[in-house]
Amino acid sequence: MTEEERLKVLEEKAAELGRLAQENGLDLSAELASLEQKIAELKKSIYAELSPWGRVQLARRPDRPSGIPFVQALCEAFYELRGDRVVGDDPALRGGLAKLGGMRVALLFHQRGRTPEEQRQARFGMASAQGYWKARRIMEVGARLRLPLLTLINTPGAYPGVQAEAHNIAGAIAACIWQMLRHPAPTVAVILGEGGSGGAVALAAADRVLILENATYSVISPEGAASILWKDAKFAEKAAESLRLTAQDLLALGVVDEVIPEPPGGAHTDFAKTVEVVREAVLRHFAKLSTYHLDELLRLRYKRYRHVGSAGPGS
Amino acid sequence: MPIRRDRRDRYAEIEVGSPQEPLWVRCESCGELIFRRKLQENQYVCPRCGAYFFLSAPERVASLVDEGSFEPFPFPKINEDPLGFSDKIPYKERLSRARAETDLHEAVLAGTAKVQGITVVLAVMDFRFIGGSMGVGVGEILSLAMDHAARKRNPFVLVISSGGARVQEGVLSLLQMVKVVAAREALAQAAVPYIAILTYPSTGGVLASIGSIADLTIAEEGALIGFAGPRVIEQTTGERLPPGFQSAKFALDHGLVDAVVPRAKLREGLFQALSVLVGGR
Repeated sequence: MTEEERLKVLEEKAAELGRLAQENGLDLSAELASLEQKIAELKKSIYAELSPWGRVQLARRPDRPSGIPFVQALCEAFYELRGDRVVGDDPALRGGLAKLGGMRVALLFHQRGRTPEEQRQARFGMASAQGYWKARRIMEVGARLRLPLLTLINTPGAYPGVQAEAHNIAGAIAACIWQMLRHPAPTVAVILGEGGSGGAVALAAADRVLILENATYSVISPEGAASILWKDAKFAEKAAESLRLTAQDLLALGVVDEVIPEPPGGAHTDFAKTVEVVREAVLRHFAKLSTYHLDELLRLRYKRYRHVGSAGPGS
Repeated sequence: MPIRRDRRDRYAEIEVGSPQEPLWVRCESCGELIFRRKLQENQYVCPRCGAYFFLSAPERVASLVDEGSFEPFPFPKINEDPLGFSDKIPYKERLSRARAETDLHEAVLAGTAKVQGITVVLAVMDFRFIGGSMGVGVGEILSLAMDHAARKRNPFVLVISSGGARVQEGVLSLLQMVKVVAAREALAQAAVPYIAILTYPSTGGVLASIGSIADLTIAEEGALIGFAGPRVIEQTTGERLPPGFQSAKFALDHGLVDAVVPRAKLREGLFQALSVLVGGR
C-alpha cells in the first residue's frame, strides 16, 4: 500500500467513526482524536518526504487545480479562442485572451477534467494535432498583438492516434516550439501537474519555466520508461526516481527557474491558495521580464535553449 | 548487432557494421539469402523483393555525397551521463557498448561534404546507436552543424533515422527538441536552406522538432514517419491501423512531405532539391 492509499484508508476510517458516533450517539471522541492525529502526522510525512513516485501520483490527481476552473480563478477576464481554422477544435488543449493583473495576455492550458465524464470529454488532457495547431494559432495572435504569453501545463502527453498522425501532430508540436522561441513578448510557462513529454514541451519553450512543488516534467512516463528500459512495468517506481522528474530535481538540473510551494497537504487540498501562489509568481516573473528590451529577451531565450544540457547539469 | 525490422512493413534483418560481418544475409521480407557484396552494390535494397535494409550512417554518407568529400566535424565535449542513469545496465555502459558495436561516437555523424559539387553541411543519424535517439550529444552535434551551415551559408541536409528522445537522459533529452529548433531558427535568420530526408524510422521527439520544420522534406521509400509508434497507438486507443499507416506514401498523401524517393534515386533527388535551393538570387 502506498502512503497515499494508507492515508485514504485512515480518512475513510475517521469518517466512518464520525458517522457511527453520530448515528448511535456514542462518544468516540478519544478514538477520533487519535485517528486524526495519525492522519495529520501521515500527511505531514507524506508531503514532506514524498518519493518521486508519490509525487507522480499527486501530480496526476484529477482534483489538482488546473484547467478551466483554474483559469477562471486566476484571471480577471478570459475569452476563449477555439479551433485550429483547418480541421477542428480540441477539448484537451485550450486557450484564448485574458486579463491577468491588469495586463493583457495570450493564454494556453491543458484541460484534463475532474469527473470521469469531463475526463473522457477532455481525453484526459491528451491533446491531438488540432490542439497543437490551435495553440500555434493563438501564439500567433499573441505575437501580432505583442502580448505576453502564459502557458499552464498539465498533460500525460500528446494524443497517440491515427487521426493525430494524419493531421501531423509532430509538425504541430514542432511549430509550437518554434513559435514560442520567436514570440515577440515575454513568455512564462507553469507546470501545474503532469508535464508529459512532447505534449508538455510544445508549450514550455518559455523565458521562465515555473513548476508547482509536486508537479513533474519528464521525457516519458515512469510506466513507459519501465516497460521500454526495464522491460517490466513493475519498475515504474524505480524509473520515477531515475528520471529526475520532480520539481526539486528539475531546479537542480536548471530546467526550471522556480519551484512554487504548494499548500500543506498538496495543491488539491486548497484550490484558492494554489491559485494565489501561482498568480503571485507569474505576475512577479512577467514584471521582471517586461524590463528587458525585446532583442535582449530573444537573445537570452535563444541562449538558454541553445545550450540546454551542453555544459552539464545546473548550467 | 542484429537489427530487427518489422515484417509487416517488409523490412529485413541484417548485421551491419559488426566486427564479424557475415558474407550472406537473409532478407526477412522474402527469405532470400543474399550475398553481402551484392546487397551492398544494391544499396541495401533486397535485389529480389525490394525490401529496404538499414543503412549505417557511414554507408548513408557514402551513398549520398561525392566520393571522398565528407569531412566530419570533431565531437563536442559534453556531460555524457547528466543524470547518472542506470536501468538494467548503467547508461555509461550502454554508451560504450553502442560505440564498440557501431564504431561511431554518437547516434549522428555530421560534417561537410559535396553533393555533385555543391558544398553542404550533412548530418546523418544512425539507428543502430541506441535507436538513433537524441540526447544532449546528438542535440549538440546537430545544433553545431546548423551553426556551421548558417555561418558558411551552406545548405543543411539532415538524414533522420531515429526512434526519438534518449530516455536515459530524462528531461534534458526532451529539451534537445527545443535546442535543435533554436539552432534551426538561427539557420532561418541566415536564410540558409534546410533539407530533411526522413528514413526508417523518423519518429517521436526528433520528428516532433527538427524533423518537421525543414524547407524541403524528402521521404525515402520504405520510411516510417510518425509521432507515436504503431504499437503505442494500438494500445492507447484500441484503433485498428489502416494499411500503409505511417509509410512514406501515407506521409505524402497526408501532406507531411514533399516527395517520396527510392533509395537508388536519393542522391539524384537530393541534388535536384539543392539545385533549386542554392545559387542565383
